[in-house]
Amino acid sequence: MAGTRAGMKRFYILLAVVAVIGLGTLGYLVTRSSSVSIPANVSIQTSDTSGFRGYIKGSPSATVEITEFADYQCPFCQTFATLQMPTIEERLIETGRLRWRYRDFPLQQHPFSRLAAHSAACADEQGKYWEQHNRIYEGQQDWSQARNAAPLFREYAKASGLDLGRYDACMKAGKYAGRIQASYNEGVQLGVSSTPTLLVGNRLYKGRLDSDAIAKLVDSLARYSSK
Amino acid sequence: MIYRMSAALLSLAGLFVSAYLYLYKIGKIGSLACGTGGCETVQLSQWSRFAGLEVALIGLAGYAGLLALSLAALQPSLAGRRWPVTLLAALSGLGVLFAAYLTYLELFVIHAICRWCVTSGLIIVAILLAALLELRRGSGRGAAY
Repeated sequence: MAGTRAGMKRFYILLAVVAVIGLGTLGYLVTRSSSVSIPANVSIQTSDTSGFRGYIKGSPSATVEITEFADYQCPFCQTFATLQMPTIEERLIETGRLRWRYRDFPLQQHPFSRLAAHSAACADEQGKYWEQHNRIYEGQQDWSQARNAAPLFREYAKASGLDLGRYDACMKAGKYAGRIQASYNEGVQLGVSSTPTLLVGNRLYKGRLDSDAIAKLVDSLARYSSK
Repeated sequence: MIYRMSAALLSLAGLFVSAYLYLYKIGKIGSLACGTGGCETVQLSQWSRFAGLEVALIGLAGYAGLLALSLAALQPSLAGRRWPVTLLAALSGLGVLFAAYLTYLELFVIHAICRWCVTSGLIIVAILLAALLELRRGSGRGAAY
């Protein structure tokens, strides 16, 4: 084939076929893409960190505060959020004994963690953070195995009652990528390396504390702080 | 000529792989078809830029140059000349060194593997092999280059 006029013709046809397939595939991917990905290692602006120290649940006057560093795609965080948190909320947070602070700590090995954290941040903008937070954790098994998690997060946003126009704009802009990274960086500085990690007082508790252990901890800290 | 044709086809394939990664970098494609998540880790790391430029853009320009050169080497006026293939071997050799450096970063610095980067690395090695085989074929035949 090579070198002859017919051989060259066949080569150019093959080249054209490869070019058409390649351009077609890229064109399809670009036009199809309605999802967003939230970049890691973004440069953090002052506005990302000023005044924001996590999502808070509970009374400002509670004597004990626990900060949770968690990753939406981490299975242990999911178990903690769905099994332990309802009890903690009922026994400790709603009774005014404990204030809970949630910080994002998206681990690198989880491709949708930042997207999930960003989805929740966009819900926070509309005052629906915890609704979206709970839905994301409850649906973890579905979206973590999906090829693209963004449409599922959007469904949760709809179910949470968000204005989808505002939500989409927030997601597309990657508005809170810097804030998520700042939260991660703060965790690293404190010594967080896995999730969930709880910061209680000035101590880090890694691994799984159940609601009973947390209740004991809160009781002991409350006694200490009331002395 | 078969090796020059192979180099052209491989360069075109490399061009599309780089274009895919670059479109992802500039936000035109939502997520990479990767499976392991390693692609995003690599693409979003600080090492996805080299000398102030996106590595994917460098790949795009490099493959475009190799494609142009290998197509030129197929034209009747250059078909019997050795220099276009020598240049092709030199440029793809540089590409192989660059790909080796990037693979080293993936394995030992970033600790994540991007399948598309590996694919690009294999393509550039194949282009170098095609160019070297064409040079050897030309030398053996004793053609007037």
